[in-house]
Amino acid sequence: MIVAKALTKTYGDFKAVDAIDFKVKRGEAFGLLGPNGAGKSTTMRMIGATLQRSGGDLQILGKDPNTHGPEIRAHLGVVPQQDNLDRELKVWENLFIYGRYFGLSRKFLKAKVEELIGFVKLEDKRDVKVDALSGGMKRRLTIARGLVNEPEILMLDEPTTGLDPQARHVLWDRLFRLKEQGVTLVITTHYMDEAEQLCDRLIVMDKGKIMAEGSPAELIRDYSSREVVEVRFGSAKNAEVAPHLEGLGERIEVLPDRILIYAENGEQVLHQITTKGFEPLTSLVRRSSLEDVFLRLTGRTLVD
Amino acid sequence: MSLQSLVAETAVSIAERRAKRLGAGFYSGRQLMIIERSYKALRSSSWLVVLSGFVEPVFYLAAFGFGVGQLIHGMTDGNGHPVSYGAYIAPALLASSAMNGAIYDSTWNVFFKMHFAKLYEGMMSTSLGALDVALGEIGWALLRGLAYAIGFMAVMIPLGLVPSAWGLLSVAAAVLVAFGFASFGMAVTSFIKSFHGMNWINFVLLPMFLFSGTFYPLSVYPQWLQVIVQAMPLWQGVDLMRNLNFGTFNWHMLGEVAYFVVMIVLGLIFTTRRLTALFMR
Repeated sequence: MIVAKALTKTYGDFKAVDAIDFKVKRGEAFGLLGPNGAGKSTTMRMIGATLQRSGGDLQILGKDPNTHGPEIRAHLGVVPQQDNLDRELKVWENLFIYGRYFGLSRKFLKAKVEELIGFVKLEDKRDVKVDALSGGMKRRLTIARGLVNEPEILMLDEPTTGLDPQARHVLWDRLFRLKEQGVTLVITTHYMDEAEQLCDRLIVMDKGKIMAEGSPAELIRDYSSREVVEVRFGSAKNAEVAPHLEGLGERIEVLPDRILIYAENGEQVLHQITTKGFEPLTSLVRRSSLEDVFLRLTGRTLVD
Repeated sequence: MSLQSLVAETAVSIAERRAKRLGAGFYSGRQLMIIERSYKALRSSSWLVVLSGFVEPVFYLAAFGFGVGQLIHGMTDGNGHPVSYGAYIAPALLASSAMNGAIYDSTWNVFFKMHFAKLYEGMMSTSLGALDVALGEIGWALLRGLAYAIGFMAVMIPLGLVPSAWGLLSVAAAVLVAFGFASFGMAVTSFIKSFHGMNWINFVLLPMFLFSGTFYPLSVYPQWLQVIVQAMPLWQGVDLMRNLNFGTFNWHMLGEVAYFVVMIVLGLIFTTRRLTALFMR
């Protein structure tokens, strides 16, 4: 559905997106993962045909967004990072008018709007203005708005940033439903759990480049161990203790606030630490996540 | 829920039908959808705010036409016939109310929608083009200018301030004046980035209103100042409407019409280019 080859966006000397290649297949949930400033949103805007690329090739459903902007935008649903709902309009009017922008008929939209309000569970809020909605409701309305033109691809830029855990789960549930109905999802996020929950396949981006590509499970298998031990000795002592732990597990990362030890068997490593005579203030054995993949690839954590 | 409906007219088919036309990249022919949006927004907002813009020139007419006007005699129309002071300033206030109505929506409201409500960003991520947004917003501003002009006309006629039947053509002239100001106003606004910059618009508008031959003839100015005032868009509108109001015609009026046509076209071109640069590059 989407094919990018050496896709590049430069602003002066700065390469926001630096010759990246990727493909998105019909019906999959494709993720762009990376910290702020990695070039995710820039890539999204180029796919969304609201930003002209500086170089390389980009095809969306076989069309070039630089020359077929309106047609491509008619195929897409866009959920931007910052809500840009129409605050002067009521909830149902937001959906209705957005559909009108695509040239859809009033008759079609009357039914469509009610269907979408039901889908995002905003029946009670149908006739209120946008300002009266909570953050999670606004985001759901933005998703409904993105669906009004029955898009084949739904683009979500940081869909759950700033939402509380409950609102995030409601949102994820709706996105799963969409995926089941065959809508292709393209999602940017800097949340690892979100990427793991939603994405079939993802690319890890940093500084405009792709660092790795694959399914969440593949990435964890290729770039991390099965389990991770997190130990804290207090911020002053972490660096002091770290050299004594060398040789435990497969790899050690020392962060300012904690030490991570990658291993097949975490409990075993934790036991070895205590037998060496070190007593961590807190310890945690967990499964490897994409956070660890990112740390391995870039030497940095995702959310600073 | 079915996402793929059986309706023949999908967003994609609508966009594809349009794709072969010239300018399809920046114009889809759907400026009316933007006006529909503004109408819906207006219905749920306060009418009092809208009304206030209409009342302003009426107050000027009352204060100057009937207050100060008692003391002023010897005003003449384009052919040298004597006219009352109220009838002299009324067409100028009509031009100003067309201007004010157009300016409200095309400057501060556009500035807010562009930088804070992020409304155009949303519109431009649909299959709309930049010219649709420009035409729709300018068209809405023009409608407000026209509404104020018609309202003001409805005050002028019963007061006997429209001596010639040609004066009714002032409504058509009001469309032209409002369109010109709306188009130019939105173009200027689209280049302004700060509140500070926006204040310059008011700084220009007030003296233009006071000194564009609104309350007295240009002949009171020295020659060099007359030339400057005549270059101002409001003076062009005032002169056009005053001549229509008294049914006195001259060739200057064609130039005045052309002046507004140029203003409209330039405004549309610059607004479209600016919106494209901001949201599509």
